[in-house]
Amino acid sequence: MSFQLEAEVAARGFGVSLALAPGETVAVLGPNGAGKSTLLSVAAGLLRPDAGRAVLDGRTLFDLPAGPWLAPHLRGTVLLAQEPLLFPHLSVLDNVAFAPRSAGAGRRSAREAARRWLAEVDALELAGRRPAELSGGQAQRVAVARALAADPQLLLLDEPLAALDVAAAPMLRRLLKRVLAGRRAVIVTHDVLDALMLADRAVVLEDGRITEDGPVRRILERPRSRFAAGLAGLNLVSGTVAGDGLLAADGAGGLTGTTVTGTPDPAAATGQPGIAVFRPAEVSVFAEPVHGSPRNTFAVTVSDVEPQGSHLRVHAGGLYADITVAAAADLDVAPGMALYFSVKATAVEIYPA
Amino acid sequence: MRPASAGPDGRAGRRRRQSAAGSPGLPRWILLPAALGFLAVLLPLAAMAARVNWSEFLPLVTSPASLTALGLSLRTAAASTLLCVVLGTPAALVLARTRFPGQQLLRALVLLPLVLPPVVGGIALLYTFGRRGLLGQTLEVLGIQIAFSTTAVVLAQTFVAMPFLVVSLEGTLRTAGNRYEAVAATLGARPTTVLTRVTLPLILPGLASGAVLSFARALGEFGATLTFAGSLEGVTRTLPLEIYLQRETDPDAAVALSLVLVAVAAVVVAVSYRKTFTGALDAAAR
Repeated sequence: MSFQLEAEVAARGFGVSLALAPGETVAVLGPNGAGKSTLLSVAAGLLRPDAGRAVLDGRTLFDLPAGPWLAPHLRGTVLLAQEPLLFPHLSVLDNVAFAPRSAGAGRRSAREAARRWLAEVDALELAGRRPAELSGGQAQRVAVARALAADPQLLLLDEPLAALDVAAAPMLRRLLKRVLAGRRAVIVTHDVLDALMLADRAVVLEDGRITEDGPVRRILERPRSRFAAGLAGLNLVSGTVAGDGLLAADGAGGLTGTTVTGTPDPAAATGQPGIAVFRPAEVSVFAEPVHGSPRNTFAVTVSDVEPQGSHLRVHAGGLYADITVAAAADLDVAPGMALYFSVKATAVEIYPA
Repeated sequence: MRPASAGPDGRAGRRRRQSAAGSPGLPRWILLPAALGFLAVLLPLAAMAARVNWSEFLPLVTSPASLTALGLSLRTAAASTLLCVVLGTPAALVLARTRFPGQQLLRALVLLPLVLPPVVGGIALLYTFGRRGLLGQTLEVLGIQIAFSTTAVVLAQTFVAMPFLVVSLEGTLRTAGNRYEAVAATLGARPTTVLTRVTLPLILPGLASGAVLSFARALGEFGATLTFAGSLEGVTRTLPLEIYLQRETDPDAAVALSLVLVAVAAVVVAVSYRKTFTGALDAAAR
């Protein structure tokens, strides 16, 4: 019993294959326009892919181009969007009772079920209100209850916390953590915290393809994609393992062809594709090239400077360095300036890609 | 929709005031053509109102012929409005929510009566439902004769009024978008349930304003009715036809009845703009 999906949408350059075990929650991470919402729309039956196949607990949702295509209301896949989209003409109670009513329950038993689900999300006292009378956080809680009341076999969440203000988001995140436990769900998110707290596994979607798939912690500690490295707040250089170093391949600024010396994972053998990561806080910034203990020095040009906690983050050559405000003042860092980023070899982790 | 919370309304109000205050101003000379524009509409109405014989007003508008015509007008306009809603709503749904080849052409053709001279519509109807018409011959065999009957009045009014409903409702459907419908479908609602429990309640303000517009257009119908239904007192002689006839024999009666139609039209405009139009806009904006 599982969920499996393969789909191609040629017009959007989308091609994804994804499988979920029962009770598993998968976070889908990725930059804007990577195809995260396309994935949910295809699973929910709102967008018809050119080709592909999806099976949910033995039922075929679609098998295209030649096979069946199940309409959204027959799938058991419920979509919870960024906006609550509560039906404005129905009371909160009738919003939550909507799915049981649609499934054929009578008005009374549907409302009873709705009360149970409202209690589950601590929103029973809102039952008599109209959606227009709710705050954003309240409305999203009701939307969660409405989605759960449909008894979904697969819950699809499209950035459910993105539209909430900072005060309401933590509460709803705790609520989702509670209700998603043991439930099969796909949650699209921008927020690494959502992935860590809510999901068992994460996939990274870039340009319509899955570029990483694994436990959230593994992806954050050992990212293979630039996007995941950015989420984890790490510098990432990909290339070819060469002894104690990595020959940079991609165009990370002026790093192409440079060897990054580091501490290789025992599994990283010379000649195979590899990844080097290091924390921005481990990067020192100098106006002149430095030598000495085994370290890497990269000549870079500053592209941006932004505050990062109590530090300043210097963007240069596709890398980041976090330096103190005092250090930045000493160097008089400004965009366009030529600098040297330096990082000790012991701070650089190298592992197979 | 229903009055929203203070938030959205207050915001809308502020926005309106701001744009008024922040307007860079119009050139002064534009006031002259603008005044002429307003006069072009208001002056004839005022001129007509000035000619009303007020002492005779009540007897004139309550004469048997007038009351018969008014009653017929209200009954037929109500019937054709119902027909417009029953047939026009599905048409608007199909135009707004589906895509098929030839849709643009179909939309253009359905809206044709908006710009067609009504007398042409009457002739078209005559060649459809008249004795020698496309369907008329078959209907005649079945013993049904439509031309020059009250049914013909209703059909003529429906023909000219339907596009108003379709246009306004399609616009409402498009601005409302289909996100609520998508959510309802993933919650397990069959297409019919989505239509009756989500789509129709959401577009109700737009439907109401479309119906009011259709009613007003049906009430004022003249050309198609005269061509297709004729002018039989009590059967097909609606108020506009009665006014046209009276103009020859009793100008005072014609003016008095005209004023009645102006009053009805004013009520319709007031109702549709004050309630349903702002309601539809609010609903769409939300």
